[in-house]
Amino acid sequence: MSANPVSLTVFLCLFALVACLGFVATRWRKADLHSLHEWGLGGRSFGTLITWFLLGGDLYTAYTFIAVPALMFGAGAVGFFAVPYTILMYPLLFLCFPRLWSVARKHGYVTAADFVRGRFGNRPLALAVALTGIVATIPYVALQLAGMQVVIAALGIPTTLGGIPNLPLIVAFLVLAAYTYASGLRGTALTAVVKDILIYVTVLTAIIVIPTQLGGYEKVFSSIDPSILLLKPGTDGNLGQGFSYASLAVGSLLALFLYPHSLTGLLSSASSGAIRRNAILLPIYSLALALLALLGYTAVTAGVKGMAEYAPGFAEFGNNFAIPALFLHMFPSWFAGIAFAAIAIGALVPASIMAIASGNLFTRNIYKEFIAPGCTEAQEARAAKLASLGLKLGALFFVLLFQTSYAIQLQLLGGIWICQTLPAVLIALYTRFFNPWALLAGWAAGIVAGTVMVVQLGLKSSIYPLEIFGLTIPCYAALIALALNIAVGFVLSLILNATSTAPRRDETIASDYIG
Amino acid sequence: MHKDKPRRKFHPVYLFLALPFACLLWVPLYNRIEPTLFGIPFFYWYQMLWTALGAFCIVPVYFYEERRRK
Repeated sequence: MSANPVSLTVFLCLFALVACLGFVATRWRKADLHSLHEWGLGGRSFGTLITWFLLGGDLYTAYTFIAVPALMFGAGAVGFFAVPYTILMYPLLFLCFPRLWSVARKHGYVTAADFVRGRFGNRPLALAVALTGIVATIPYVALQLAGMQVVIAALGIPTTLGGIPNLPLIVAFLVLAAYTYASGLRGTALTAVVKDILIYVTVLTAIIVIPTQLGGYEKVFSSIDPSILLLKPGTDGNLGQGFSYASLAVGSLLALFLYPHSLTGLLSSASSGAIRRNAILLPIYSLALALLALLGYTAVTAGVKGMAEYAPGFAEFGNNFAIPALFLHMFPSWFAGIAFAAIAIGALVPASIMAIASGNLFTRNIYKEFIAPGCTEAQEARAAKLASLGLKLGALFFVLLFQTSYAIQLQLLGGIWICQTLPAVLIALYTRFFNPWALLAGWAAGIVAGTVMVVQLGLKSSIYPLEIFGLTIPCYAALIALALNIAVGFVLSLILNATSTAPRRDETIASDYIG
Repeated sequence: MHKDKPRRKFHPVYLFLALPFACLLWVPLYNRIEPTLFGIPFFYWYQMLWTALGAFCIVPVYFYEERRRK
């Protein structure tokens, strides 16, 4: 493929605009960026609208926009699980997160591990939560970069420029790293606004133009293999695909809210009302995601996979090339440039928030806790900036050195791991029943069980066929591991609470959670 | 448990938040083609419809909480 000058120019202009915005943001609502609250949480100052853009840019990542339609393209109805998953997370967001926001505001918590530390006064448990967050985030950032790679290839930019392999990706990465370092969450929030506008323009155009050109949705659906158009119903001995579909939706929504970047986005809002209003407003993104998912089907109808000009892209990126190929095929080149810019910027925003969130975790729960307890605010902010830079470098090397399939596999594991912090973070918002050591044991049991299940499945799937009394229950491994985690935590808490005389060190009180 | 604040009484308006879970996690309810809408099978448009219905389910709870805060 050779580069189309029009789409390339449009793409580069938009990309440059966003990079500039990222730097300008250091001056937006000017504050002292040498403090972690300012750099890493935007001063907790964002209202309903900015929070909407920021969380939208945060939760619906570029990788989602490429991978969900790709899954539909390849596997059919199963890929649509992203829709119930993103619908069902909002009732949970509405219920739990204003509580977490309130207690975090009251005690100055920046991360989930900060809360765990305050709630239980137990350093090993807080460290476990922090490490899980950081480790689960790296492959997630790597996938954003991988998504950007697909777009760069689709634009026809050669992956090797001037003898340096992957130079375009490295340049894009340096832009990301520089503006995140300079302006923190402020820069990300401003770029998120541009990203979301571009995404909506792209999605709306795509869902109007493409199916019309292909002869309507009736034609689109009739071109799909009928055997994958619905989920396979269960049989006497097997609960079937319907169960795995529902379990994937539930497990994924629990995981998403435990990822550090979600919490960073939520804690940056100025009031708990902004969070509750966003629980009502954010589902607009879910509709956009559903429409995008259906584009996976239109790519089947358009027959992009059989076209010779896209064969190299499919060979390199598999079905993830379906949407870029569809855009190239159906859109005029200038609009393809806009669409690709939307996806690439859509990778920058979440990658930047993820890096900031991990930087916060490292600084608050490892650096300040174990390495430099007496550090000043400025040192704290500096450590977070450097840590986020380190994390991004790690993700970049990951993408450059290994195949993307490793990042996907690790991301699969990451989702299962992050779910195991649920009892210590979300359940702890409501009850102090659990003993911190019991939670730590449950966490370890969940991590080990989840990893073993996925390894048994050859790191290809996270749907584990659980056999109980001759009944096969195909269930998302994260939920099975979480059930074990909670069971271990519950039983051990019963025992420890009855036998232990160690005093509880909870620095929070019930009224901290309401506000 | 802390005794410094009485436990809040459960209000039935919160049941609205359980509605999307019931309607989306019971997959056999919507795992079918008919009736189609603009050529889109039921499985797909039903779930897309719920992106809006899910948001509407939160609205009454939001207003309940807003009123209680005053």
